[in-house]
Amino acid sequence: MIEIRLNGKAVRLEHGTHLRALVTERVERVGGVAVARNEEVVPRSEWIGTVVRDGDRIEILVAAQGG
Amino acid sequence: MNVTVALTIADRQLGSRLITGTGGAPSLEVLERALRASGTELTTVALRRLDPAATGSVLDVLDRLGITALPNTAGCHTAAEAVLTAQLARDAFATDWVKLEVIGDERTLLPDVSELLDAAASLVDQGFVVLPYTTDDPVVARRLAEVGCAAVMPLGSPIGSGGGIRNPHNIRLIREAVDVPVILDAGIGTASDAALAMELGCDAVLLASAVTRAQDPERMATAMRLAVEAGWAARHAGRIPERLHAQASSPMEGRVQLG
Repeated sequence: MIEIRLNGKAVRLEHGTHLRALVTERVERVGGVAVARNEEVVPRSEWIGTVVRDGDRIEILVAAQGG
Repeated sequence: MNVTVALTIADRQLGSRLITGTGGAPSLEVLERALRASGTELTTVALRRLDPAATGSVLDVLDRLGITALPNTAGCHTAAEAVLTAQLARDAFATDWVKLEVIGDERTLLPDVSELLDAAASLVDQGFVVLPYTTDDPVVARRLAEVGCAAVMPLGSPIGSGGGIRNPHNIRLIREAVDVPVILDAGIGTASDAALAMELGCDAVLLASAVTRAQDPERMATAMRLAVEAGWAARHAGRIPERLHAQASSPMEGRVQLG
């Protein structure tokens, strides 16, 4: 197991979890979703190939009412 | 009859000169009715951490209405934060357009124009269509246009204040100072504020709270649509000059002679 910070909270994951799995387990529609890993954007096309590592800070962001 | 002509920003034509925000609505149902009544084609959305408890998405509402989402960088206080947020929004919403906000003060939510200019220049270099929320300072507006912003969006008064347009003179000066569209953003309280913005020469109005926090958002959205159209039409109809004294509108000749 590894431990990451997901949207500011500690989360334990299986070794080898990639970003796409992390996202699709949590959101109904991936349109309108963005992911940052350690303060850098990970483009949608790279989610599948990006394996989450121990200690990563991941942000999953979605559209919200605003401005 | 469509009163206004289309507004061109960057490569996009907008039939409606009212741009709305989605913040402040009590529910997505109320928001949907208000947005439909507003006639808007472009509406801001924010990017926030996933809330596992949330049901429905503001994007579903926009999809149903055929409205384009304009992501904002609300809540950012530095150029670096705003640039990262814009990059995230580009990936999330598949758009190069961004409403750029860099806030310098929590109480007034006034822009930090130094950080704003840095962020604007960086995002233009990265190929974004940048629509910056800025102060009503004509010099700052000119600088934003010079770094390549697709429009400038001066405030009328602080965000959500409903204070109207505090410095109409500066809005006119901004209209003169830049060639890109001028969009009055923030401070609109009621329909006359929106009409005034257009009469001062603004190309569009961006508002959220005035509609979403009104007692009847749908009715206020209708009022804003009509006000923007009325203000634009008045601006282009060539108003009469203001005079100190009266000028009779009935002819003096041919008056009835009594006594």
